This record gives sequence, structure tokens and C-alpha cells, in this order.
Amino acid sequence: MHMESRELFLHGSRVPDTGPDGELMTLNMGPQHPSTHGVLRLELKTDGEEVAHIRPHIGYLHRCFEKYCEKLTPPQIVPYTDRMDYLGSMNNNLGWAVACERMMGLEVPEKVEYMRVIVAELNRIASHLVAIGTFGLDMGALTPYFYCFRDREMILDIFEEICGARLLYNYIWVGGLSHDFLEDTDDKILRFCDHFEKRIDNELNPLLTFNKIFVNRSANVGVMTPEQAWSWGVSGPSLRGSGVDFDLRRDDPYSIYDRFQWKVCVGEGLMGAVGDCWDRHWVKVLEMKESVKIIRQAVASRPKEGDVKEKVPARVKLPAGEIYCRTETPRGELGYYIVSNGGNQPERVKVRPPAFCNLSVIDEISRGALIGDVVAILGSLDIVLGEIDR
Amino acid sequence: MDFLMGNIWLWGPITAVVIAAVITVNALVSVYLERKVSAWMQNRLGPMENGPQGIFQTLIDAVKLILKEDIIARGIDRPLFKMAPYIVFGASFAVFAVTPLAEGVSPADLDVGVFYVLAISSFVAVGIMMAGWSSNNKWSLYGALRGVAQAVSYEVPLSLAVLTVVMAAGSMSLQTVCVEQGGGFWNWNGLALHKNPFLVGSFLIYFIASLAEVNRTPFDLPEAESELVGGYHTEYSGMRFALFFLAEYANMLAAGILASVLFLGGWQPLLPALDFVPGPLWLFGKAYFFVVLQIWIRMTLPRLRVDQLMYVCWKVLVPGALAMLVLGGLWQLMIKG
Amino acid sequence: MDFAALVQHLRAALPEAVLEEHPEAFSPWILVRREALAELAPLLRDDPALDFNQLMCLSGAHAPGPEGERLWSVLHLYSTRHGHKLGLKVVLDVADPACPSVAGVWATADWHEREAYDMVGITYTGHPDLRRILCPDDWQGHPLRKDYVAPATYNGMPLD
Repeated sequence: MHMESRELFLHGSRVPDTGPDGELMTLNMGPQHPSTHGVLRLELKTDGEEVAHIRPHIGYLHRCFEKYCEKLTPPQIVPYTDRMDYLGSMNNNLGWAVACERMMGLEVPEKVEYMRVIVAELNRIASHLVAIGTFGLDMGALTPYFYCFRDREMILDIFEEICGARLLYNYIWVGGLSHDFLEDTDDKILRFCDHFEKRIDNELNPLLTFNKIFVNRSANVGVMTPEQAWSWGVSGPSLRGSGVDFDLRRDDPYSIYDRFQWKVCVGEGLMGAVGDCWDRHWVKVLEMKESVKIIRQAVASRPKEGDVKEKVPARVKLPAGEIYCRTETPRGELGYYIVSNGGNQPERVKVRPPAFCNLSVIDEISRGALIGDVVAILGSLDIVLGEIDR
Repeated sequence: MDFLMGNIWLWGPITAVVIAAVITVNALVSVYLERKVSAWMQNRLGPMENGPQGIFQTLIDAVKLILKEDIIARGIDRPLFKMAPYIVFGASFAVFAVTPLAEGVSPADLDVGVFYVLAISSFVAVGIMMAGWSSNNKWSLYGALRGVAQAVSYEVPLSLAVLTVVMAAGSMSLQTVCVEQGGGFWNWNGLALHKNPFLVGSFLIYFIASLAEVNRTPFDLPEAESELVGGYHTEYSGMRFALFFLAEYANMLAAGILASVLFLGGWQPLLPALDFVPGPLWLFGKAYFFVVLQIWIRMTLPRLRVDQLMYVCWKVLVPGALAMLVLGGLWQLMIKG
Repeated sequence: MDFAALVQHLRAALPEAVLEEHPEAFSPWILVRREALAELAPLLRDDPALDFNQLMCLSGAHAPGPEGERLWSVLHLYSTRHGHKLGLKVVLDVADPACPSVAGVWATADWHEREAYDMVGITYTGHPDLRRILCPDDWQGHPLRKDYVAPATYNGMPLD
């Protein structure tokens, strides 16, 4: 390695090494650390247990998604989108499909729209369950994690039945879906909804959300103001945790979200300041309940007749032009910037991953926090390194 | 028997071997118990493969641990690094020397038994500090600093809570403390409202402080795996790691034994009519009740933060323990006169 | 405000800034003169009539067009108050890939600009900490350039 860049790699460039009380210690959290939710390296400048600065180093999971996109046709790209945010694959598929369909001016059948909403919301619940479970785990609460995974398992079973995969679905195609629901899928989904709503109120909230130690650990920690959130491009539950009433499903509608009765949940500072870690957690809990509402309505009113593949074009060709299309994934605003010259492959695809922007704010909101707080803040931001590094 | 008991050169090694065996078996049992109990609480099965209900799993894990390479990384302070596990293990080991097993039977019945236990268990903090410092790893150092700060702080409410019992029993000998609580469970210190109601408060404070002393959730900050990777034993492997592990579970049991001796009558049976059941069974039964309780708490509660840990100690437990001590003493003077 | 009104407003405020407008695109965008961006960005955020409080995305692209090798720095803005969107494009020459940074206006541009620098090699002037972000610090070349050839080795390690 060149001497200069070696120096840069080890010590970073612009973070001061001294604090008010003398020299700061550099502590590398990651790339192998149990609480970085993947291969992330946080360079902490610490003064005892107190953290003065954080510099995130990302890219360990960089798999050249954008480079691949320039060599593949839009339907071939769908499985690659799975691998970005691997906890919310359905939502990633959906974002890509919506972007391509908008460019092509493709109308998808009613039935497909309803089914897309159902699987996207189910996946949102599954993703939030992982986020909540690991957030508890970061603070040493072991049991909620297993309860969350047990409930997530039911969703994965449903997905396995309808598309054969449990994590990377490749389910939502440009113009349609890969498979229709089975005969009893609707019943299974409704059974899950009944089961799950009770679990939130009877298990998750008493055990984790309102646990005194959990509240003490997360309230008033990592407070993010709405101004900071907007400036750093924070989106999704992290943005709403700061009390901002903004959700792309309602405010920049796509698919058929405007047909359902549900509300956008925001953090209200029930346990401390608005925008703390507890609020971000609480928004996710509430959102899961809202998702259940949407799923119930969609299952009840969805058309059952028709083929889910009838509008899938034999050859997907994006017309020349460019689009920036965004959808709400479990982590926030997933944007696809697609430039096409009318050829088979896109000219350039840039992804705006929600977790990428959400992570970038961490230095700002964890100044003066303790090491234990940094772990909590990172957990509450709910990052997936797969989509940060792409 | 008298000849045996009187001859320290004969009796000493036998006791040492027996205690070592107890500690080892205890680690196997406790680890299995922890895995099974936590599995039941979390809708899992836990170990199932080796033996019926997986009972041999921990044995196999122990063998694996012993066979593993003992890695000593570069830059480590070798003498300290190698010594630390023995100090930690030795301290936990020595605590068992004064366990009263039945009436008149204990490996060593010291007149200052309580004092001995508190003193010798403090050595664990020295070992933890040595391990953390010598590892040449910042995470280990953090773990060690937290561990020492925690052990030193929580010793205060712990000792104060124990003092209340000593005051009530009028003796520092654990054997005497046990004898005092005879005659049925209503005479046990932790339940005996008529004897001295403030002992019940001390019992609670003692139990919370003992959780911190043995580094169990919600006070497991020295090893806090989601924050500090592994804390002070991050760099250890193989047999040396196994020693830390043994010591940890021995400490859990020791905390349970001490709690039962001080507050739940030790080897005393539940009812006088049940005294045909041997004392050691009662003692270990009660001790394992506390072990299961520790596991239960670990599976239920998240971890405190460093500053909250100190808050709980100095602003809640210490004043509480002091109040129990003073009020208990006054009760002893005024009521029992 | 719709796109036409937005462009009109911008042309009135900064007559030199807007070079082209493309209302027909899927996401309508304007071509901005590079030198004007530093002045334009604070206006876009702070003018109450515009109020672009969110920088949705900042993308770098390498586009071999008819007029030669070009680099694009594309900004997509959104105003939550007014609900309007705007695409801004700055076209740069490969030989002179310097573009004013907007990280001081929208903090999120910090990481996006680092990514654009890493991937297509746009050098953002005035950026607080312009380093590579996804590739290692000592990586050679910019992978999303069309003429990029993947190296055979990295620090002596074969890449295959």
C-alpha cells in the first residue's frame, strides 16, 4: 500500500486526535464486531467511555451492483436488487419494478397491485421484526430477539410457499409477479395477522418497549432533530421518529397505497426527547400495526381472478430518458436513478439506499455519547450493510 | 473421623479435590441448565443432539475447549496474561472452602467465614484487571476497567447487606448463621419478618448486588458481548478461556450458596419434619434456585449502561443497605433487646 | 409550483444559472452552469418559494455522448412543504472534473459526493472530506467510467 494512503487508512484524515481533556483514543468498532449489523467499521475517538467523534468506514460489502446493472437487462437486475437490502427484498423488487414501469408507461393489473402491496407490507413487518429484535440484542435483551424471529418465521413460511425463497425472493417482476398466491395463502396471511397483533401488545411491548431498563437505555439517547434529519437525508422510521409526519406511501404515492385506510406514525417523545432511540423504536412498533391494517384491507378487497404474468413484457426495453423514482422500504426512501439510452441495458443506475443516508448522520447524533449508547444508536438507525455498500 | 478432620494435611487436599470436582461438574450442569432454561423461555429446544435431551452437549463442548489451541497473540504481556485466569479461578475456588454443608460439617469452619468470603472474592477483580491489561486489546481494557469499577462499587452494598445478617446472628461464622435459622422456613433470615423485618430488605439488596459481583445481566458490562465483543477475556482461547468460564459459573453458584446460607437457612430443611433429607441437598437445591433465578433474569432484562450501573449502586443500593443496617440494628437493640 | 414555474422563478433569480430545461423527461430536470451551482444551491434551499429541504439523491454518471466524454453530477431535490421536485444536472468535461460541492447546503451530499468521486471521479471543490467511500482508499481508477478496465491485481493480490 502507498505510504500516504496507508496513513489515511489507519488514522483517517480530518478528525482531531485531541479533545478538551487531552489526547483521544482511537477505537475501531468493526469490521468484526457483534453490533455493527454486518461488516461496518466505526472509527471511534473516545475519551474514556465517552465518544467524541465517529467516522464510519463502509464498502466492505461492495458488490458492484451499479456496475452490473450496466451489463444486464431490467428483468435480470431484479434478483440483484434482492441482495441490496436483504431484509426487505420485496420492497427493493417493488421499487425497481415501479421505476421501470413508470419509464415504460406500463399499467399492471389490479390483482398484481394488491398482491404487491400485501407482500411488501408483510416484508416490512418481517424487516421491522429483525430491526427490533437486534436492537434489543444490542442492549443485552436476548429473549425479544427470539420472539421476533419466531413471528418473522411465519412470514417467511408464507413467502416460501408463494415464491420458493425465504430471503431473496425475486418475486416482483417488471410488469407482474413471478407466481400467483396459492389457494390458502390469504387464510394464512389473515391467521398471521390475528396472531401477530396480539403478540405485539402481549409480548413485545411489555418485555421490551416498556421495560424500564430498555427505556432508560434508549430514551434521550441519540436525539435527532427534524432539521438534522432532513439535512442528512434521513428517511423512513428514523425520520418519523424525529416527529416528522412524512411517508412516501402517502406523500409521494406509488402502487395503490392511496386506497387504504392507515396512518403515518411519528415519534412523540413519550419517554424522553422527540427523536431519541426509543422514538425510532416506537415508530417501528406502531408501523407494524399499521402494516397489518393495510394487509387486512388488501386481502379483503383484492381481486382473485386473472394471471399475474399477463402484462410481463416478453422483452423489457427502457425508453431513452432518465428517471428518479423512489419508494418507501422498511428503512426509508429507496431511490433508483435510471438513465437509459433506449438500449437493452440501462446506461447508468444509481441507487439511493435509505440506510446509506441514515448511517451518515451517526457522527452528528452521537457526539458525547457513551460506547454503550453508540451501539444503541446504531441499532435504532436500523442499517443493512448490503444496501449501504451495494 | 476426628483423626481425619483434625489432620489438615490429609483433610486439606481431599477437600480441594472435592471442591474442584464440584466446580467442574457445576459448570457442566449450569451451562446445560442455562442453555435449556433459556431455550424453554425462548420457544427453542436448546441442545438436543448428544445424549437424551442433549445432556452430553456441554461435556463435549468442554472437551473441545480443552483441545483447542492456546493462542497467545503478539504484543501480549505474557506472564500477566498467563497468570490472570488462575487468579480468577483460584479466587472463585477458595470461596467454597467455608461452605457449611450440614450441621457441624464444613470444609473449614472459620470464625470469620463471612469476612473471608468477601475478602477472597475480591481477588477476582485483580485477575480481571490483569487479564484486561495484559491482553493489549482496547476492548479487553474497557472490559477490565468496567469490571473492576463494578466489583469495587458493588462490594459496598453487598458487604453492608451481609453485615445486617452478621449483626442479627451475632457471629461471622457461616455455620452459626445457619444454625441460627433452624426450625422451619419462617425462621430463615430472608423470610423472617418476625425476627427482623429489615433482613428482607437486605436480602433483596444482597441479591441485586451479587448479580453485579458475578457479572450477570443486567450488570454484565465487563463482558457485554454486544458492546465490548468479549470484554476482558476477548483474547483468551482454549484452556485459559475455559478457566474463566469455570470461574464464572463457580461464582454464580457461590453467590447462590452464600445467598442461601445467609438468607434462606443454608442446609436447614424447609420444615423441621423434613430433616431426613441431607443438608447438602437442601443447600445445593437452594443454591441452584438462585442460579436459575440468575438465568431467568438474564433472559428477561437488557443491560444497564455504565453510568446507570454506578447510579444504581451508589444512589440506590448503598443508601438502601445503610438504612437496612441502621434500622435492623435498632430493631435488634430495641425489640429483641 | 410546477416545473415551468420553478424554472421561471430560477431564471428570474439567477439569470445565468439555467442553461437548458427538460420538462419532457420522466423526471424533469434542468441543466445548470457549473460555476452557478455554488450560488444556486443555497437559494434552492432557503428561498421560501422553493424550499427544497431534501436532497433526495446525488448521482455521478459517466456518459459518452455525441459531444464527447462527459461526466454528470445530478441532484434530485424535493420540497416537503410544497411537494415539488426538481432535477439539476451539471455536465463536466472528463479532463476538468471539478464541480462545486453542495455538502455545506445539504449535509447528505457529503457521502453522495464521495461516492460520485469514488465511482466516476468527479472532484467536488469545497467538500469537507473528499475520500473514496466504497472502494479502498488506495484503489486506482474510477469503476463506473465507461472506459474503466478492472485491474488484474490489487496490492499484489490477484483479482479474478
